[in-house]
Amino acid sequence: MGAMTVDRADGRSANQLRPLACSRNILHRAHGSARWSQGDTIVLAAVYGPKAGTKKGENPEKASIEVIWKPKTGQIGKLEKEYEMILKRTLQSVCLMTIHPNTTTSIIVQVFGDDGALLPCAINASCAALVDAGIPLKHLAVAICCGLTEGGSVILDPTRAEEQKIQAFAYLVFPNSPLSVLPSAPSAEDDAPIENGIITSVTHGVMPVVEYFNCLERGRAACAKISEFHRRSLESQVPVVARKQTFEVLWWPHTLTAWPEFHGFACNLSEADVLTVACCCMDMPRT
Amino acid sequence: MAASSTSGSGRDIGGSGGGLAAGEMEVEAYRRLFPLPFYERHLLDSVRPDARPLHRARDTSIALGPVASADGSALVKIGDTTMLAAIKLEVMTPSADAPDEGSLAIEFHMPPICSPIVRPGRPAEVAPVISKQLSDVIVSSGMINLKELSLISGKAAWMAYLDIYCLNADGSLFDAALLSAISSFSHLQIPLVSLSDDGRVVAVPGDLLEDKSTPELVNKERKLLLHSIPFSLTCILHKKYILADPTAEEESIMETSITVVLDSSERLVSIYKPGGSVLAHTSTVKDCIVLTKHRMKELQNILEDSLSAMEVV
Repeated sequence: MGAMTVDRADGRSANQLRPLACSRNILHRAHGSARWSQGDTIVLAAVYGPKAGTKKGENPEKASIEVIWKPKTGQIGKLEKEYEMILKRTLQSVCLMTIHPNTTTSIIVQVFGDDGALLPCAINASCAALVDAGIPLKHLAVAICCGLTEGGSVILDPTRAEEQKIQAFAYLVFPNSPLSVLPSAPSAEDDAPIENGIITSVTHGVMPVVEYFNCLERGRAACAKISEFHRRSLESQVPVVARKQTFEVLWWPHTLTAWPEFHGFACNLSEADVLTVACCCMDMPRT
Repeated sequence: MAASSTSGSGRDIGGSGGGLAAGEMEVEAYRRLFPLPFYERHLLDSVRPDARPLHRARDTSIALGPVASADGSALVKIGDTTMLAAIKLEVMTPSADAPDEGSLAIEFHMPPICSPIVRPGRPAEVAPVISKQLSDVIVSSGMINLKELSLISGKAAWMAYLDIYCLNADGSLFDAALLSAISSFSHLQIPLVSLSDDGRVVAVPGDLLEDKSTPELVNKERKLLLHSIPFSLTCILHKKYILADPTAEEESIMETSITVVLDSSERLVSIYKPGGSVLAHTSTVKDCIVLTKHRMKELQNILEDSLSAMEVV
């Protein structure tokens, strides 16, 4: 990492992300909402549902997910349609679709600012909003944008100006690492840990095959950091009492040093929140 | 009754009414009722219901020049998936920031005839997404040097309208659409043009070419030079299995798909995996890239064969 010095306009190192911020439960009429920002890329996601019934053509034996993308200005075009589809398929893979059959959950994504890595930011925002709405999830999806510069070095979380200059970039989505309260015996049969699996990969531009795997590795490492941020942000917005009641087994580290401040809202804990925490217990910190 | 319920399988089993073996009917019913166990039973034996091994793509054919009125066209079939691509060239004024470049406009259409899922009056959801993917891949692969589409710097350049019509959507739509796009570009014949007296670009009719009075031609090259042609392969991931070139039935039953696009110098143009319940590990991605390399060789041969067949005729 030290050998590869990349000049970035904002003075970041190649592996450095922009400051992350996440606040949840900011819309009162939505069932769940979250605002996620990475530098000047800001996305607001709202979740409505599960509402009764599925649309025509969807499988009524499962829950269905609908994504509506609202760009900052103007109407949606092909690019936004593609984003909608990728977001929908990505969220489908993290939600437990069989719990509420024949229902539709709508996710409305409003773009506030686009300064690069827009789709990863929207995926992170939607995930936080789903947690806020108490939608049952298998795990969180954590998204990152990896760029490949002309010189062949990988930079993480590029800004819009960087995105336009670089040779190629990849949007990668990984599951967050599960940290179960149960001893990790059942996963012994599978050799690869789940956080190594790719949920979504979208690339743009030509790159050598080795560079893609390089991007994967860097992206995976960065996603571990983002998912830790996710966890801490969840943790900070749930009253301590509830946590202790639900999971006394867990050990909570209190090393909140390097993270930017969250704009957290003190929320009154509802049943949905407890359920959400229960669903996210898989990814509570252990180290 | 039987015929209507098995219309997707491509076999006429209800035609003769009572002439159907009871055993076969049970298999068809099982396939309809429990599609996933039906497939998994096949996958255990490393074979698919259409008798293909897991890694084999369906038979592929390319017919060049089916549309006489277009400047370049191709009809591509991968199994039952059929794509018709046609290019129409028009003269336009290039934009001020790229005065000596032509441009491309790529559109992918899914008319209601292509699939029972697409209904009249309601555009298919995937059509704009595939359209976007196609133009991303074709533009970013650098297959076409847009400077070659220039006629007179700052004054006139070609605008290439590529329209791809899906005639039968039986899975792996992107692969077939991309193959039809590159085939139609290799078939493309650029019309010869000259400047008229009032400074406009006009096409020169073929029979005037030998005539002495013909004004000077603006362009001489009639073929577009394709640099590094992108080829793609879509695979379905299901548990530990990788199924190359899925049919529509396989796509609907096993949802996780991954599309790898490589160019002829084996660089990666795109790895596209939009979600899906199966996670792709690094080894899986590597396997898919290897499969795509094999498929690329196959497709290169098929494309070369059809191009040389055209030259002989």
